[in-house]
Amino acid sequence: MVTFQFIPFQEIENLGSAKRVNKLLNIVKENKIVLMEGRLKKQEEADLIEITMEEISPKFKGIELSVVYPNKSKQDFGQKVKGTFANLLLGDRQGMTIIGPASVVKRIEQNPNKIELFTKEAKTPPAKRYRKKK
Amino acid sequence: MGFFKDLLSKLKFNPFARKSHVKLGLYGPPNGGKSTLANRICQDWLGEEMSTVSHIAHETREIKIKEQVNIKNKKGKELTFSLVDTPGIATRIDYEDFLKRGMKKKQAKERAKEATKGVIDSIKWLDEMECVVVVLDSTQDPYSQVNITIIGNLQARNIPVLIVANKVDLKKSNIDVIKAAFPQYEVVGVSAKYGKNVEDFYEMLFKVAK
Repeated sequence: MVTFQFIPFQEIENLGSAKRVNKLLNIVKENKIVLMEGRLKKQEEADLIEITMEEISPKFKGIELSVVYPNKSKQDFGQKVKGTFANLLLGDRQGMTIIGPASVVKRIEQNPNKIELFTKEAKTPPAKRYRKKK
Repeated sequence: MGFFKDLLSKLKFNPFARKSHVKLGLYGPPNGGKSTLANRICQDWLGEEMSTVSHIAHETREIKIKEQVNIKNKKGKELTFSLVDTPGIATRIDYEDFLKRGMKKKQAKERAKEATKGVIDSIKWLDEMECVVVVLDSTQDPYSQVNITIIGNLQARNIPVLIVANKVDLKKSNIDVIKAAFPQYEVVGVSAKYGKNVEDFYEMLFKVAK
């Protein structure tokens, strides 16, 4: 079973960078996949990788990370103007960030048109055999 | 004009001067060919190698620096670099991956531990760089968040970036995908291993680092 946890941007909006990163990482360490509204700042993304590395252990093997953001290079002039206003109003609230534990998420493939999240095959325990009672 | 130049140089800010010494970082994900490119540069201009290379990821686990690498372009202009070879940046490190490569458990755990420190060092050193070559494996998907995060952080710090699409000698190599992924940057395809197209790389480096 894979668990997703949605984090609205307002939940992290007023947190400092370190608290934001730690909040997200703590959820991921509970083996949940974070779907966060918006995106982290560039420096915070680097901090997330840095703190992840500090936390790596035989039990926690790291994260898979992907940020979905409107592709500005493919927008026409009107869309770019709208996008600039949206950016002014919403800031980092635009887009979506996906962070999953490496033990659950094998990889996230991102190309301009789609995002594919590959999970590791769950190791299900072998079915129990029951003996008929005589 | 001369008065202003003198004044600006006294103030240690001179937009008319060319940089003569640049701290050049080689960044990218593991196994992209950073150390192979570092060795190629050092072989070409110093006649010696800089780093060990391996097919197993995270061979470079600490920052390596080669001072005074003088590079000349076709016009005879010269640039001196401090070449910084960095450990590959990754978001996951699993010692079991090294076990699969034939390492013993203790050795694999040690390598994983060193690799995590290497990633941290690479990120910390970003602020020290004056110019960065991002080395990507052109046979791999460039739309990975690690690549986007590295380049985004360099952009945020206003550090000039040149993207090297390495391993063009391989059949699966696709430079166009890298160009499409990062259209705002100069991309040059090379084979660091065989020295293919490195002349173009040096020319491009002059253009970006000046």
